[in-house]
Amino acid sequence: MTELPLTSRARPDRRPHALGEWRALGGYAAVERARAMPPAEVIDMVEAAHLNGRGGAGFPAGRKWRFMPERGTSPGEGPNYLIVNGDEMEPGAFKDRYLLEALPHQVLEGAIITAHATHCDEAIILIRDEYRPGIAAVEHAIHEARDAGLLGGLHVRVHPSAGRYIVGEETALITALEGHRAVPRKRPPFPAQSGLWGRPTTVNNVETISLVPHILDLGAQRFRALSRTEEGGTKLYGVSGRVKRPQLIEAPMGTTARELIERAGGISGDGRLRAFQPGGGASGFLGPEHLDLPLDFGHVAVAGSMFGTGMLIVLDGSACPIGLLARHMRFYARESCGWCTPCREGLPLVSKILDRFEAGQGRRADLDLLHMTADEASPRGRSFCDLMGGAMAPLSSGLRMFAAEFEARLAEGERP
Amino acid sequence: MSLSADLLARIRAASDDHGGPRPAMLEALRMIQHEHGWVSDAHLAEAAATLGVHRAEMEALASFYSLIFRHPVGETVILLCDGASCWLNGADAVREELKARLGIGFGQTTADGRYTLLNVACLGGCDRAPAAVVGRDRRLIGPLSPEGVAELLEGGL
Repeated sequence: MTELPLTSRARPDRRPHALGEWRALGGYAAVERARAMPPAEVIDMVEAAHLNGRGGAGFPAGRKWRFMPERGTSPGEGPNYLIVNGDEMEPGAFKDRYLLEALPHQVLEGAIITAHATHCDEAIILIRDEYRPGIAAVEHAIHEARDAGLLGGLHVRVHPSAGRYIVGEETALITALEGHRAVPRKRPPFPAQSGLWGRPTTVNNVETISLVPHILDLGAQRFRALSRTEEGGTKLYGVSGRVKRPQLIEAPMGTTARELIERAGGISGDGRLRAFQPGGGASGFLGPEHLDLPLDFGHVAVAGSMFGTGMLIVLDGSACPIGLLARHMRFYARESCGWCTPCREGLPLVSKILDRFEAGQGRRADLDLLHMTADEASPRGRSFCDLMGGAMAPLSSGLRMFAAEFEARLAEGERP
Repeated sequence: MSLSADLLARIRAASDDHGGPRPAMLEALRMIQHEHGWVSDAHLAEAAATLGVHRAEMEALASFYSLIFRHPVGETVILLCDGASCWLNGADAVREELKARLGIGFGQTTADGRYTLLNVACLGGCDRAPAAVVGRDRRLIGPLSPEGVAELLEGGL
């Protein structure tokens, strides 16, 4: 149980546990432990465990929590909020679906402990509407825990979203919960200072929250030591795309792509690794030379990409990289909120150009325009939130790594 | 047909549960859709009046989300994943087969009102690619193949 804390209690068929079964497996012991500690001590533990947020940015969870003011110390009236982000829609990401469906009590335990540590009175678990089984499982878990008196004074509810990738962005999610179109907000002020309804708010990803009980159970040092690198704990990695057995794999943080791909049955298609995205659709491509790179936030950033969600998308030698880029850009163009110009105008244009290339009708000027857009829009700050930067990561690394394909497509004037 | 008294009462209750009429708007739209399959102009206006918000505010929200349907949909809505992993595993062939079998494009409903085809963002089913989510309970199915599509449609999914 200790080696793979996140998934070892799950049933192979993903059926969620009833409360009694969950408690028999040791569930909710961590909640009692946490409640016996002052919030600051829980945060100390999470910091010592080196838990980095698993939603994509990798920000240290403890440090984020420390920004939250104690109850009654922020101006105005109202609760402090915890939002558990389960709006997983990134291409290649399928870990939160599993955690919500198979381990709803684990998510809830994590939320209760996090709410205690961050002085929150209310927790909202936001889940995308396509995850109906996950919504039902978590709602049932809340109901059971409430009846058993496990929630204490914490108000917890599920908020189903209704389909739009941008809702998963930390501040857009807050705007959405207030009943507006999910448009991101400028930081500062950070949500811990002024979030939902202007109240102190912490937003954490489902996987981050799910790891929290295990820090309490194992202790900070043991949790940290589960990792192979400086970043603590295990990671729910995913491997999909051109592999023989796409799957989720819980493994020590810092596990390599070589090991993960092997466990997923190896490369399918022509059997040769061409490239992989280490962290979902919004991460830049890495090549075979990075097969032995320890996959964590720090190492992947140094290698020039982003660890993001830790969900690998694998390309073999026979997959068409331009086709993949075209799908990615179509996705980002459609799922952006359209509120600021780079996304609203830029992404549909890029998407259309890539479609032309895929159809063998690309032009030299188009290629120049792709390069220009990638160069101009890549640095953070060109658009209001990180969606545009995320979309440009595969494009700019793809233009570099697949330059020969683009040239070949230009020269032949049709798909090879 | 106007909204049922029960539904209107639940919309009012949502306003209390969600901290006011504005944050309850999405929930109201979801409830209407759950009962009627989609959200008509008349129903939207009625819900807006019940919550005391302008119908344009409600419309702004309804048109933002891909899973709030503003046109009638078929009995079974097929949401085919648009994600990269599905594409890499042959989603295009499944897409073409669905279109051919049903005689409609994405965003359309069959003339007999049985099926609606929609593209959606990555469904979180990359381990079962190509994947789709089908029906009111959003059942995840996959891996799909062109042959499997025929089978699924013949079996009524």
